Amino acid sequence: MDRRGFLKTSIVVGGCAFASNKLNAQETRDSEEFVGVLVDTTRCIGCRACEVACGEEHDLLVPDVINDGALEKHRKTSDKQWMVVNKHATEKGDVFVKTQCMHCYQAACTAACPTAAMNKTKNGPVIWNGSKCIGCRYCMISCPFEMPKFEYHEWNPKLQKCTMCYERLEEGQKPACVNACPTDTLMFGTRLKNLEIARHRIYSHPDQYVHHIYGEHEVGGTGYIYLSAVSFDQIGFRTDLGTTPYPEYTKEFLYGVPMVLFGVPAFLLGLNALAGGSEQGIDGEIESDTGKGGASDE
Amino acid sequence: MNKGIVVIGSFGQFFRFLIQEMKPRGPWLTTFNVISIPVILTGLVILYFRFVYGLGSVTNLTQETPWGLWKGFNVVVGVALAGGAYVITFVVYVMRMEKYHSIVRATVLSGLLAYTFYAGTLLLELGRPWFALNPYIGNSFGFSSVLFLICWHFLLYMVAEFIEFSPAIAEWLHWEKARKILKSLTLGTVILGITLSILHQSGLGALFLMAKSKIHPLWYSEFIPILFFVSSIYAGLAMIIVEGTLSRRVFKHLFTPDHRHSFNDIIFGLSKGAAITMFVYYFLKALLFIHDKQWTMINDGWGYWYLLEVLGFVLVPGFMFAFGFRNRSLNIIKTASVLALIGIVLNRLNISVIAFNWYVVPHYFPTWQEFVVALTVIFAEIWVLRWFVTRMPVFTSGHGTQRAGN
Ligand code: SF4
Ligand code: SF4
Repeated sequence: MDRRGFLKTSIVVGGCAFASNKLNAQETRDSEEFVGVLVDTTRCIGCRACEVACGEEHDLLVPDVINDGALEKHRKTSDKQWMVVNKHATEKGDVFVKTQCMHCYQAACTAACPTAAMNKTKNGPVIWNGSKCIGCRYCMISCPFEMPKFEYHEWNPKLQKCTMCYERLEEGQKPACVNACPTDTLMFGTRLKNLEIARHRIYSHPDQYVHHIYGEHEVGGTGYIYLSAVSFDQIGFRTDLGTTPYPEYTKEFLYGVPMVLFGVPAFLLGLNALAGGSEQGIDGEIESDTGKGGASDE
Repeated sequence: MNKGIVVIGSFGQFFRFLIQEMKPRGPWLTTFNVISIPVILTGLVILYFRFVYGLGSVTNLTQETPWGLWKGFNVVVGVALAGGAYVITFVVYVMRMEKYHSIVRATVLSGLLAYTFYAGTLLLELGRPWFALNPYIGNSFGFSSVLFLICWHFLLYMVAEFIEFSPAIAEWLHWEKARKILKSLTLGTVILGITLSILHQSGLGALFLMAKSKIHPLWYSEFIPILFFVSSIYAGLAMIIVEGTLSRRVFKHLFTPDHRHSFNDIIFGLSKGAAITMFVYYFLKALLFIHDKQWTMINDGWGYWYLLEVLGFVLVPGFMFAFGFRNRSLNIIKTASVLALIGIVLNRLNISVIAFNWYVVPHYFPTWQEFVVALTVIFAEIWVLRWFVTRMPVFTSGHGTQRAGN
């Protein structure tokens, strides 16, 4: 019984351990050059041309910039708007800040997604694939910036968030918002180049900028990076997110899985042998039954 | 030719048997039916709206709170409470403690049904359930996802529990050969089931590891998976005590008197196990409290809420279990079980819903529709459970009825 049981167990367990082996195959993030956008909040005049461009490009809400008075309140991105510009009152006066998906280096949403519907493309944008998504909304739970937005009033809802104009990039163009910006607040380029520009600005104008590039290290680095004249908590950024890439938080657990899958059954079989020996059978009466049955079968 | 007729004939017999068994038994106008039928019907209407007009039409879910009562209560709490099955199969089949054998079937059955219905809830609240098979097929494997792991484990675990329970089905159908084969699979599936349980009980906790910035620091810890695992043990034990007590009251006629006596004995054993695991759990909580300097956060509403959960619904029932065990007091143990279950509900809901995005105002509160659907799932489960126990040898664990059947 014991040996037979063990064989069965190992076959079944081996089957799922095979699947879980691949769990450890962490997507390799070598020194590929991801693209991203540098946002210099000291240059933004709050014209919201980017919002309009984004809405037009992606068939979303196109705001009436002149009349809607949207800057008076703090808005979040929504299932109808992938990006918004907010006005923040700071010690150095009003500052306008564009927010959207940060296109994280090692994105929480992609690590969370059970179907790989959220995925980081090889050149940087994090995009959503509607033919895979099951709508579990685990990406929303995990994203530290709360960027994936769910269409709660659709029978067949989509997850809405900035795609960094993935299709335009394929055609060799810049993202629509970057194109629309009249003040060069937004600069599109490889992340490395953007970081260099950002550092250069800080070093050459130390009085104009705080000595911090938001997104350089936050959550392991993001595709969108920000410059600011005031500390980032004043302009609506979370400064408590840490520098650990979010997938790291579940990595340890996932690494433990194959160990449990192999270790625990062996341990349990050992216990089982200790507890009763193979002769006595699993459960008195029924087992003696089975024993007889097995004998007569053979 | 003749053989064919025999086969068709016995199939016909088989179907007639099935149809016969589908018919309800016993009186119709029980309190439970009077309450549950309207709730289930309302729930179905609400689900119609949910599928036609979207989740937002019946729930209060928001962009900040994407998981609400259905996920938090029916799935996260429900799975913890269904932990009894793996604990009891461990005790009986691995440790070979015969004393607990008589409750194995009932516990495995309620575990199996719990998982089936909670996986069902998961489907209801998926935004795009028509793609629900994606994690299982094709090129859509999210290998780095905890949820992916849980999807698989739910499925495999349901299969394992089904095999564990299947000898009872074979007995019901008088399939003696099949029963023997299925029975011989028990130890293997039990071991697989325990392993999967350890992983997905803790995995449900691991789901929230990436919500680090959103869960109140009193509840967030990198050790959530371990806490979830340990607490699922006593949750399962407490649930067996409560469920066993209730079913002995409701299905009185299905039990023999000596059963009742041995069940009391079982309760004492379970309460000892519950007391030990609760103290271990409390000890872990206390360690985290000190290590993460959580006392600095204890002096506001959230702090008191936390203390209520950990002291009132872990430490107190823990002592009550120990006291009840020592003084052979069934009532104290049963009260402790209820308290411990409340503690589990609080803990799971705190992490998944209440202390999730705790700083967002106004905070999520479920709609009445969400409550009705949550109840619908539970009532439907009880209906199916009742169907099983009144037809199959669930409480009697085979021996008696099966002999009589032959
Ligand atoms: S900001 Fe959120 S949605 Fe965007 S890539 Fe990062 S984790 Fe994903
Ligand atoms: S909602 Fe869709 S994209 Fe988001 S984690 Fe679930 S399957 Fe992935």
